[in-house]
Amino acid sequence: MAIIKLPECKVNQLKEICKSFNHDSGELINVLHKAQEVFGYLPAEVQEIVAKELNVSVAHVYGVVSFYSFFTMTPKGRFPISICMGTACYVRGAEKVLDEFRRELGVKVGESTPDGRYSLACLRCVGACGLAPVVMVGEKVYGRVAPEDVKGILAEYSNL
Amino acid sequence: METIKLTIDKKNIEVEKGTTVLKAAQKAGIDIPSLCYFSLDGMKIENKPGGCRVCVVEVEGRRNLAPACATEVSEGMVIKTNSMRVLNARRTVLELILSDHPFDCLVCAKSGNCELQSLAHRMGVREIPYQGAQSTYRKDTSPSIIRDIDKCIMCRRCEMMCNDVQTVGALSAVNRGFMAVVAPAFEMNLEKSPCTYCGQCVAVCPTGALTEVDHSREVIKALADPTKTVIVQTAPAVRAALGEEFGLKAGTLVTGKMVSALRELGFDYVFDTDFAADLTIMEEGTELLERLTRYLNGDKQVRLPILTSCCPAWVNFFEHNFPELKDVPSTARSPQQMFGSIAKTYFAKKLNIDRKDLVVVSIMPCLAKKYECQRDEFKVDGNPDVDFSLSTRELANLIKLANIDFHALPESEFDLPLGESTGAGVIFGTTGGVIEAAVRTAYELYTQKPLPKITFEELRGLDGIRSATVDFDGLKLNIGIAHGLGNARKLLEEVRDGKSHFHAIEIMACPGGCIGGGGQPLHHGDVDILRARQKAIYLEDANKTIRKSHENPYIIKLYEEFLGQPLSEKAHHLLHTHYFDKSTQIIVE
Ligand code: SF4
Ligand code: SF4
Ligand code: SF4
Ligand code: FES
Ligand code: FES
Repeated sequence: MAIIKLPECKVNQLKEICKSFNHDSGELINVLHKAQEVFGYLPAEVQEIVAKELNVSVAHVYGVVSFYSFFTMTPKGRFPISICMGTACYVRGAEKVLDEFRRELGVKVGESTPDGRYSLACLRCVGACGLAPVVMVGEKVYGRVAPEDVKGILAEYSNL
Repeated sequence: METIKLTIDKKNIEVEKGTTVLKAAQKAGIDIPSLCYFSLDGMKIENKPGGCRVCVVEVEGRRNLAPACATEVSEGMVIKTNSMRVLNARRTVLELILSDHPFDCLVCAKSGNCELQSLAHRMGVREIPYQGAQSTYRKDTSPSIIRDIDKCIMCRRCEMMCNDVQTVGALSAVNRGFMAVVAPAFEMNLEKSPCTYCGQCVAVCPTGALTEVDHSREVIKALADPTKTVIVQTAPAVRAALGEEFGLKAGTLVTGKMVSALRELGFDYVFDTDFAADLTIMEEGTELLERLTRYLNGDKQVRLPILTSCCPAWVNFFEHNFPELKDVPSTARSPQQMFGSIAKTYFAKKLNIDRKDLVVVSIMPCLAKKYECQRDEFKVDGNPDVDFSLSTRELANLIKLANIDFHALPESEFDLPLGESTGAGVIFGTTGGVIEAAVRTAYELYTQKPLPKITFEELRGLDGIRSATVDFDGLKLNIGIAHGLGNARKLLEEVRDGKSHFHAIEIMACPGGCIGGGGQPLHHGDVDILRARQKAIYLEDANKTIRKSHENPYIIKLYEEFLGQPLSEKAHHLLHTHYFDKSTQIIVE
């Protein structure tokens, strides 16, 4: 028997989201989108409640969450780092930049550093192809990033 | 019926509109290899993802090869199932699948019964030209089932069974691409999921990715231990299927040979779960009558319908999904557990030995029974009432291991006293059988008259949900039957919503009941095998001299010598149980 603990306000918020989609299991992806917007990520507890409210199995909800790369089960860091993997950025070396971030932070894509400061994610084209490769830290956009720039970008946040 | 004419491999054939190329070819005696496709025709069970492409054929006038399992026939179609192009494509597809599959055949539990292995054999694959990275995944062992997902080929048959047929939802395809697997939520172990251990995923898995937990070694060890008395009980559905493992036609009854084989294996006493099935009817039937009488007398507390409780996967299902109904099912233990309980008290006393020196083994068509015999309620001071539960398949392997020539075995009889049973006990093995057995006894106890006719055809068949009204001398009893947990769910929702008009409902988790259990010889989607087993069960019943549980002389004696009355305090203590709420709890902080 699984026991799930969540604060009441969060449970109610989730229930509201499910209600706004008429508890329709066909809207699962949209419900999860909304839930991630509100909570920042989709921990197991949130998925359990969504499953219950939409009357689908938790395994199915997890199946969807794990299939789409834009859903995450780990909380975002204080400074969420996103690297664009759209075609333009990819062609101009985004993967090397990503590798450098991975090495510097010691985490994989979708993970956060143990101190909760940084998290690493990949994005589809963010619409700034002229600046490729593009990296975002929170709301701030960095263009034409080369692997050598990674240390410098991180340094901007290390004392914040 | 609208029909379609087409040509497959130069044979002209005519089939019903809507038929797939795969089925049409089958009708013409052409066996197109397939892998992900699975169906139990007539039982609304089908897996058709069209994903593996093993079944590709050439359709004249089409540029691309078409998957036969997912392509409907059309008028004038000309199909080739064995052209060079088809054979090459099929082999490439198979080689790609094999390139991400471990080469474990020598030590794999599924070896000899694996659909992937037979495909590789049939296509004469001798080497794998594609060498790539192989995905690896941890092994997951639960009380009944082992998941070895490295051997998964993502056919998703198990997902279909667990979700569409059983509506349990323990398994789902998760992740994507190379990392994709079928797993429980959050990739937890099966034991932490709402899995019921019905074993239907194991029954349809084409490879060794899903197999049962094998206890044969422990049993061999016990048999070799001179300080132990080892006894065995065999469930009704086993005798109707075991022969298939030795090449006999489906539906061949092998009761007598099975008893001989078990004796040769060295069991000290060979008993019958059917005896315990008769005992179940005494308890469950009496409970039904008691609830019914109270209900008829206007007692508002009493909850009807009564639900049968002899299927442990079904018990798990309502504990997870309908905890609010946990006082509706009968409290009677399953025959397996009733047998164990009586064996380790009544029979151990007769032999004058300690229960710890008596090892009780059960042969079951079922994987849920492996879990059931490990439940804490069925242990006394840590000693389980049933020590080991083996599947029909494990018994077959044990017989082969011991060099026993099954065909040459003589027929012999079960030992007494726990081996005597009636026809009512036998039919427990099929959907509809438990309730028919209960009706035979309840009718006579209630009306105090002999049954005018002993069989109830209206309760038989293979439809997923059935209902009938039985006349108890003026009292009309509404009876419902469901097999497959998805069908059970429908009846349960009616009960929960107060809309059920049934007085009693029989539920079995497996499609077909125990004849289609997760521990039975694999039917590979052939529904005629289930039909033949069902027929065999009813034949065994018809061959019995005594066909009503309450007339079993050894049951009568058991009550006289030991238990007193059905539902007596002693009977309650030894033969009944209680249920738990296993649903996910959301606690608001
Ligand atoms: S044993 Fe039954 S309930 Fe459990 S995963 Fe397999 S099909 Fe689902
Ligand atoms: S575990 Fe077996 S049945 Fe399930 S998807 Fe994998 S190969 Fe198919
Ligand atoms: S129907 Fe029979 S074989 Fe299937 S889970 Fe229930 S008791 Fe076991
Ligand atoms: S591809 Fe990176 S911004 Fe368009
Ligand atoms: S069997 Fe037809 S695509 Fe797999």
